[in-house]
Amino acid sequence: MDRTFHPRSRRVAPFFALAAASALLIAGCSSESGGKEAEEGGTNASAGKADTPQMTVAMVTHAGQGDTFWDIVRKGAETAAAKDNVKLVYSNDPNAANQANLVQNAIDQKVDGIAVTLAKPDAMKGVIAKAEKAGIPVVGLNSGMDVWQEQGLLSFFGQDETVSGEAFGKKLNETGAKHAVCVVHEQGNVSLEARCAGVKKTFEGETENLYVNGTDMPSVKSTVTAKLKQDTSIDEVITLGAPIALTAVQSVDDAGSKAKVATFDLNKELTDAIKAGTIEFAVDQQPYLQGYLAVDSLWLYKNNGNYSGGGEAPVLTGPAFVDKDNVDTIASFAAKGTR
Amino acid sequence: MTQATAPAASSSPPAPPATQKDGRTTQRSLGRRLLARPEVGALIAAIGVYAFFFAVAPSFREAGSLATVLYQASVMGIMALPVALLMIGGEFDLSAGVAVTSSALTAAILSFQLTLNVWSGVIVALVVSLAVGAFNGWLLIKTGLPSFLVTLGSFLILQGSNLAVTKIFTGNVASDSIAEMDGFDQAKSVFASEVSIGGVDFKVTIFYWLVFAGIATWLLLRTRFGNWIFAVGGNRDSARAVGVPVNLTKIALFMGVGAGAWFVGMHLLFSFNTVQSNEGVGNEFLYIIAAVIGGCLLTGGYGSAIGPVIGAFIFGMVNQGIVYAGWNPDWFKAFLGAMLLLAALVNLWVRHQATRR
Repeated sequence: MDRTFHPRSRRVAPFFALAAASALLIAGCSSESGGKEAEEGGTNASAGKADTPQMTVAMVTHAGQGDTFWDIVRKGAETAAAKDNVKLVYSNDPNAANQANLVQNAIDQKVDGIAVTLAKPDAMKGVIAKAEKAGIPVVGLNSGMDVWQEQGLLSFFGQDETVSGEAFGKKLNETGAKHAVCVVHEQGNVSLEARCAGVKKTFEGETENLYVNGTDMPSVKSTVTAKLKQDTSIDEVITLGAPIALTAVQSVDDAGSKAKVATFDLNKELTDAIKAGTIEFAVDQQPYLQGYLAVDSLWLYKNNGNYSGGGEAPVLTGPAFVDKDNVDTIASFAAKGTR
Repeated sequence: MTQATAPAASSSPPAPPATQKDGRTTQRSLGRRLLARPEVGALIAAIGVYAFFFAVAPSFREAGSLATVLYQASVMGIMALPVALLMIGGEFDLSAGVAVTSSALTAAILSFQLTLNVWSGVIVALVVSLAVGAFNGWLLIKTGLPSFLVTLGSFLILQGSNLAVTKIFTGNVASDSIAEMDGFDQAKSVFASEVSIGGVDFKVTIFYWLVFAGIATWLLLRTRFGNWIFAVGGNRDSARAVGVPVNLTKIALFMGVGAGAWFVGMHLLFSFNTVQSNEGVGNEFLYIIAAVIGGCLLTGGYGSAIGPVIGAFIFGMVNQGIVYAGWNPDWFKAFLGAMLLLAALVNLWVRHQATRR
């Protein structure tokens, strides 16, 4: 300890004072509106519980931590697991080699089924072959639409990113947009690029890509603003994630642009924005459904030998459009964080 | 301004003996002494970058574009200031990026879950942020571990807690929107409002940034505490020997970073209403980059407060300038890296010129 740093009471006193002050504040300053008290209560979807013997399913995704999208996938999987008397072991790692290791862990634990995403299919090839050799059924979800069949997966649940991009482009044609900018919030992400490429295919106007740093919102906001100022002919901003869409609305405002904002993916703040009309529409690949169906299909396979898509075709969970016409129905589900 | 403990490079070389008259100047000229200030190289680089984008990107020339560039620079720059002071004091803080998110999440979750006036959340978040800073400093002193390791640990702790705590309370990985709650509009006007000057909207963070830079400059150059910062960063042991309270100074510097994280966190919260728990990772390096481009040495003991302001401004200009110029976005990061390196090299070259004998 340094000599000059000993007066303990002097050092501690301000902390107590601050703690006391904040306790007083908490006691005295409650909010009259909003907050948890105003949040609607609601129960999660539930469909009773199967009386089949308990089985274990491992779900291994390439999700990064703290991403709203993957949180919804996991909730779907958990709901199906609760219904089917399945013990769900969820794990995730964005690094392909680590993800493959997690699948190996599941094989070592002798689980009854594995649900896996194939964002980097080649890295997963070997370990999936091992699972199949060990007699563990494997289904795919979300990523790997092109390869699930050749890797011998039972079924696949997801959205073809190109197809949903194409549907997005067609929808834009109806709105009369002429010049769109597609905001990619993670440079080098294959499925994000595929969405923008899909839009480009069907959209009759002009499109171009813009890269932003998705983990830094002020930077996203300024970069989109800069783009709208640089090219004033842009009348449509396409974003690939809900939080980015909400930020893009502010950018449009800052740039004094007339551009409209439409997006892929959904969350609860976004449904409010669609209601308010600040966001045109969202295309939803229904992540909850992807998680739910993947687990449910493994239960069905074990107990009744069924496999969705018959091993030939993927099961599509999107693109589902959410716009002013149907947002009211969906908003109540989104508020629970499951849509 | 040159501090007694600054490395030899910055202090004037001793005048050669009077007998040694060989045509060389015995005292450095005013211009050269000006060039020896830590931020001058960055300033010249900034002017160069500005002129470059002014020439190649027509929309960069508008006042509104400058406001956008300044906004991004300010959010980064407010954090770069305490980070630079900490670097002058000889330490790093790798937890600075996620600490911003932690602070915003604390305020949002507390206000929402207890349905409180948002100001309660704001104040508790300040206490938490300062405590995180104090913890970093205290642990550094107690353990004697390098700050790189200590703050790498707290970086991971904060990153994990951001996710886990958010999920426990909200059931989701983002905080709930507090936009409808009492005090929100008031807090928004403090942390995230706009000021219109001549028809152009400037974000309020820009003004806070400049004010904070002024305060930091005063602190560094005009107070005893400023001398302590240079002293502990220059040579810890000799600083202690001459009676500088090394531990107190270091803890205060870490708490300064905590205060900065709180301020930027509040800006994020009140301008975007909710916070995703994975945000902020990687930003700690941007703060350090801004400080280094602005002339702070990675080894400590040398630097200024205005330097990181210019560093953040260069980063903002390059980041937005590439977009204003309409260059092929596939190359975005490569352009960004090249421009930053170039700016840093100009900075280095100027400093070299200045200290040449």
